[in-house]
Amino acid sequence: MSSEAATADATTEVPEGHDDHGHDEHGHNDHAHPSYLAHHFDTPQQQFDAAKVGMWAFLVQELLFFSGIFVAYGIFRSWYPEMFSAAAHQLDRPIGAGNTIVLLVSSLTAALAVREAQLGRKAGTSRYLLLTILCALIFLGVKSYEYNHKFQAGLLPGHFYHPHLHHLVEGSPALPENAHIFYSIYFMATGIHAIHILVGIGVLTWIWRRNERGDFSKEYYAGVDIAALYWHLVDLVWIYLFPLLYLID
Amino acid sequence: MATVATPGLGGKTEAHDPHESYLAEKGLKSWLFTLDHKRIGIMYLIGVLAAFLLGGILALLVRLELFTAGRTIMTAEQYNKVFSMHGIVMVFLFIIPAVPGALGNIFLPIQLGTKDVAFPRLNLTSFYVWLLGAVFGLYTMIHGGVDTGWTFYTPYSSKFTNTSVIPMLTAAFILGFSSILTGVNFIATVHTMRAPGMSWKRLPLFIWALYATSIIQVLATPVLAITLFLLIFERAFGLGIFDPSMGGDPVLFQHFFWFYSHPAVYIMIVPGMGVISEIICTFSRRAPFGYFFIAMSSLGLALLGFLVWGHHMFVAGMSEYSTMVFSALTFLVGIPSGVKVFNWVTTLYKGSISLKSPMLYALGFIFLFTIGGLTGLFLAMLAVDVHLHDTYFVVAHFHYVMVGGTVIAFVGGLHYWWPKFTGKMYNEGMARVAFALVFIGFNVTFLSQFVLGSRGMPRRYYDYLPEFQSLHQVSTIGSWILGLGFLVMLVMFVQSLQQGKDAPRNPWGSAALEWQTPTPIPFHNFVDQPVITRGPYDYHLATEAELDEGYAPGERPADADD
Repeated sequence: MSSEAATADATTEVPEGHDDHGHDEHGHNDHAHPSYLAHHFDTPQQQFDAAKVGMWAFLVQELLFFSGIFVAYGIFRSWYPEMFSAAAHQLDRPIGAGNTIVLLVSSLTAALAVREAQLGRKAGTSRYLLLTILCALIFLGVKSYEYNHKFQAGLLPGHFYHPHLHHLVEGSPALPENAHIFYSIYFMATGIHAIHILVGIGVLTWIWRRNERGDFSKEYYAGVDIAALYWHLVDLVWIYLFPLLYLID
Repeated sequence: MATVATPGLGGKTEAHDPHESYLAEKGLKSWLFTLDHKRIGIMYLIGVLAAFLLGGILALLVRLELFTAGRTIMTAEQYNKVFSMHGIVMVFLFIIPAVPGALGNIFLPIQLGTKDVAFPRLNLTSFYVWLLGAVFGLYTMIHGGVDTGWTFYTPYSSKFTNTSVIPMLTAAFILGFSSILTGVNFIATVHTMRAPGMSWKRLPLFIWALYATSIIQVLATPVLAITLFLLIFERAFGLGIFDPSMGGDPVLFQHFFWFYSHPAVYIMIVPGMGVISEIICTFSRRAPFGYFFIAMSSLGLALLGFLVWGHHMFVAGMSEYSTMVFSALTFLVGIPSGVKVFNWVTTLYKGSISLKSPMLYALGFIFLFTIGGLTGLFLAMLAVDVHLHDTYFVVAHFHYVMVGGTVIAFVGGLHYWWPKFTGKMYNEGMARVAFALVFIGFNVTFLSQFVLGSRGMPRRYYDYLPEFQSLHQVSTIGSWILGLGFLVMLVMFVQSLQQGKDAPRNPWGSAALEWQTPTPIPFHNFVDQPVITRGPYDYHLATEAELDEGYAPGERPADADD
């Protein structure tokens, strides 16, 4: 967990004071206590395992958070199949597909950043972290272009829905009743996803700074690892959102 | 003198004598920026007790208003707000964090034999997130509160009420985060931080209960988060997905809400059951009957909790096949609950029972929870529920489980562990008087409500027919007795802090690990890293010294260091 790594910063070697035998009397000092190891862990392995278990539990929580949106999608799709099909037609598939590729590449660079960190290559880790952040920014840029188009076309959630016919995709079926529900779900789902991207950019930037500072090594790279885990989840959610919102007719 | 280094939040490292109490350091800053799970637990304790006081005052106001039909002390609009705020404060601010946040935080690492939870910073964060949520909630109350009830049903909450729904939803949303972070922290701690020798089969039952609770917190709370998030947008921007006039579905909100809020009931009760398991074993001086079954029934409740949300909605518009499935699944909840009750009772059999105040609460819990649990089966019956739905019968059932169950368990746990974490004994006579008042007051308040409900008194009503008046008055008088009981308890605890005798290590003669460490607890929980060689309830393996004095085997005495 990110907080763990930060705690490790604050930990220093056990001060011995005037006592020359006190040090090794304590159970947790039987082995060397490296600077990155927080005081309440016995071994680096334990600290790493705790961070991993904690992050996985957090990711499960994230999945359940998105599940509400997916359930709402499923229910309203089954209620209004034609409306969903027509409304989905207004989304820009090539752009969505391009964005999907950008995110997939970012997951690859995140995984490569972890590999570089495992090998203790600081420069490589930084390079891949920055590439991941770059992909995230491209994704958000494209997304805001798409949002802008939806705003112009009036394809907005709920009360704000007011389609302008001349902005709609040519040759598309007319938008049936209740199409605002589709755009409510579209904006909530992609909006929450975009918030997660923003958080991810923040986390990756912080990890990049810590890497530049030299916090990570072959022995201690948990921060890079769990940040990448989070990033893969954000990617994974999009892998489901893209076909559900853009592709299914 | 040997010292142990511990980090502070500011990055500075402080040296501690391993025998030094975690309470030794003074000053407000040493509390506000602490990373010590025990201090964070104490801050949680103070917070949830303040919320309990606030919620309790609101409850007394509700009961006072219902003393007579028509207006007694407040208007109907005020009444709607008061009962809503009572529910919201008690559920989100008090009962969900009470046992895990306060007692769990203090004792989970100690029972595992470790120095702290896996993520101390996250732990402190979760407390401050709770505090932020509480501030939002109080702000909303000052700004007029909400009148939706704690369930925020649509479309009333999204379209019609003109009260401060959005700030209150934000408060609940924030509080949910606190709950999730605690859950994540506890799961990682139980998996990775157990002391050498602390196998899963030796895990204290309180830990099993907290572990099961953490799983529910991590799996259910995010669903509440997305639900409240959608409702905020529904109300602010008219999304339409919960609005029937826009093609949406208000019942969908109920499904979403109860998908969290039914498991949340187990977030509230399961940790309480863990406390009761600990108390029963200690004061019967024997191992629990069916340790494995009690442990697994906690996980069983966590699992079943996710499958029964529909039983809140039998009359809300579901297909009859769904209602039948939900009804059948709801009956299954009786199995793990029954396993627990029967195993506790069987643990008493041939135990060396001592009726100290924590044990009185534990026995009270078994009695009250049994009533609360069995009346739940009435409500699970489809035909009976049509009559009892939204009546005082539901109110009484819920309070028997939540107050008679969780609050009694929480208070029992507070009595049980009080000497350990404060280092002070309390006045046992006063504790017993308080218990008697609470127990009698509770039953007078809520037993009458079962009768009211079965005769058709609807819940949440401001006014009622004259034939309900006498039972309402009995219930209100009961609430005064109950309030008096808690007041006596408060005086007793304050007195204990001021002039209580110093507590010995092991005042109850327990074999459990947390009683084998000095009182009050040292900064790192134990003087030396404990190595676990027996289970927490193995009275036949515990030495006389452990049970009488609480000395862990092989521990260096305080003066043998230099």
